[in-house]
Amino acid sequence: MTSLIDRRMGIFLAGLFVLTVAVPIGNLAFEGKVVPSYIVSLLGKYLCYALLAVALDLVWGFCGILSLGHGAFFALGGYAMGMHLMREIGDRGVYANPDLPDFMVFLSWDQLPWFWMGFDNFWFASLMVMLVPGALAFLFGWFAFRSRVTGVYLSIITQAMTYALQLAFFRNEMGFGGNNGLTDFKDVLGFPLQSDATRAGLFVCTAIALAAGLLIARAITTSKLGMILVCIRDAESRTRFMGYRVEGYKLFIFVVSAMMAGVAGALYTPQVGIINPGEFSPANSIEIVIWVALGGRGTLVGAALGAILVALAKTLFTGWFPEFWLFALGGLFILVTLFLPKGVLGLIEDTFARKKKPAPALQEAKA
Amino acid sequence: MSVHLLLDGVSRSFDGYKAINDLSLAVDKGELRAVIGPNGAGKTTMMDIITGKTRPDSGGVWWNQTVDLTRIDEAGSARLGIGRKFQKPTVFETHSVEENIALSLKAERSVLATLFHRQTAAEAARITELLELVRLEGDRHRPAADLSHGQKQWLEIGMLLAQDPELLLVDEPAAGMTDAETMRTAELLRSLAGKHTVIVVEHDMDFVRALDCRVTVLHQGHVLTEGSLDHVSANPEVIEVYLGR
Ligand SMILES: Nc1ncnc2c1ncn2[C@@H]1O[C@H](COP(=O)(O)OP(=O)(O)O)[C@@H](O)[C@H]1O
Ligand SMILES: [Mg+2]
Repeated sequence: MTSLIDRRMGIFLAGLFVLTVAVPIGNLAFEGKVVPSYIVSLLGKYLCYALLAVALDLVWGFCGILSLGHGAFFALGGYAMGMHLMREIGDRGVYANPDLPDFMVFLSWDQLPWFWMGFDNFWFASLMVMLVPGALAFLFGWFAFRSRVTGVYLSIITQAMTYALQLAFFRNEMGFGGNNGLTDFKDVLGFPLQSDATRAGLFVCTAIALAAGLLIARAITTSKLGMILVCIRDAESRTRFMGYRVEGYKLFIFVVSAMMAGVAGALYTPQVGIINPGEFSPANSIEIVIWVALGGRGTLVGAALGAILVALAKTLFTGWFPEFWLFALGGLFILVTLFLPKGVLGLIEDTFARKKKPAPALQEAKA
Repeated sequence: MSVHLLLDGVSRSFDGYKAINDLSLAVDKGELRAVIGPNGAGKTTMMDIITGKTRPDSGGVWWNQTVDLTRIDEAGSARLGIGRKFQKPTVFETHSVEENIALSLKAERSVLATLFHRQTAAEAARITELLELVRLEGDRHRPAADLSHGQKQWLEIGMLLAQDPELLLVDEPAAGMTDAETMRTAELLRSLAGKHTVIVVEHDMDFVRALDCRVTVLHQGHVLTEGSLDHVSANPEVIEVYLGR
């Protein structure tokens, strides 16, 4: 059987480990002179995106489900964590109301809506981070996969799903802070979010979550179930005739993927300091697909790499020419689909393979 | 002998065209049956109906005289013990030859069972046995995409046998095979009869002769005649619609 940690996974995890040790030390031990504090949170954000990309690669790369709505699962995870962080503010808000978040006081609500109950508890919120996206994915997948909605049609309804959620979350009456979203967080589990130590801690947690996500994804895709997912991707009808209930397999991987995206969102919110309906925007979900395609679809590590590279490029590019970022991203996507079908990871691996083993033509010339 | 599969007055039309028209067919347990008929006679559609891919507009399809196959989906029919080889060979191209067989092996098909599955020694032995039978032992680690058309046919036969089905539906297995391979396929299918029930659709008359079994002639979705190959080929109607051309 295929090993859990193959070469590419080993190299990536080793690199991630070095980063996980070096970044916090570089920040904390040198009072931000070697690694500035904002870089710590920025890198943490990149790793959240990487985990989100791995989640999408599970469904798209391995099972052929092109979800254009994964941003919704990410955002829901982010909101679930954001709700807890709002509760942790307590009476330190602008209105100093110990029972209600500021935006509810502003709307003249006199009590906490029922769906905010329990979010005072960190562990309850952490559970919701996975359960809410998981439940939505289950419901959505249950109907879509049983009615055998596939291909472009499925992509379109996932896109519609995230758009509908965005519109819903924009409404103040929904009770999630309307278009401002949730923000002004003070601390998490008692640790102040503005402190460097907390930021470093969140960064380390994100790196661990990414490593765990990669390993879980790898364990699933190297199992017999993982091979069946690839069968479904390549010849869905044929797989049915072998006795596999395709709907069940799709539903399983879709729910696992949504939960992973939820975790990524939950780690994103405290590091960025805000979660708002913009995270549900259809364009966000499309961008995730670009990360995965660019990094290398169906490789897990490539997806993570793609997310980090694009996020890095976006940070640099928006600093230089902010208006052109979307054009650059679109151009990059077209170039990769035309010239790098296996993505950046494929390019790197092919380059190394060629260096190790001289091309046949070269050998002939020598002989 | 008991009737294993029964089609009872089955009809199905596509956009007004009756692809299957009042088709009745009974196949006994352990029987080897050849189904012949010109292109478009409805042979593949008949298999689609038996395996739950296509629902009939009217008529009944019965398994072991008790199970109503018109209420069962593709995976359900496979789980009952109906295995199918497709006219156009469909193997899983990115998986290795060996993995194609391993995934077809008779085993628990649930999500959890496959998630935690570990290959047993018995399974490994069975895979090797099947690979030897279809003469792909030397190619076991190659991606199935690398195989020739004929080899893919064999791999699909191996996958079908791996499922260990009670009923085998084999759609034009000899297409793309050499004469020697065609004869070997016929021999293999004959050896399976008795233990399994086998329905073979084929165009190649030498192949059907080699099968040496009862033949059903299908025409415009309806059974034209049935009997030994010599009997049906003497039928003037058959000569007109099919053999005479
Ligand atoms: N899903 C379908 N939709 C429309 N027409 C179909 C479908 N399946 C089969 N047919 C039609 O039914 C007829 C019988 O086809 P088929 O069963 O493939 O014939 P055979 O296998 O005997 O060559 C053909 O005219 C074909 O076009
Ligand atoms: Mg046909």
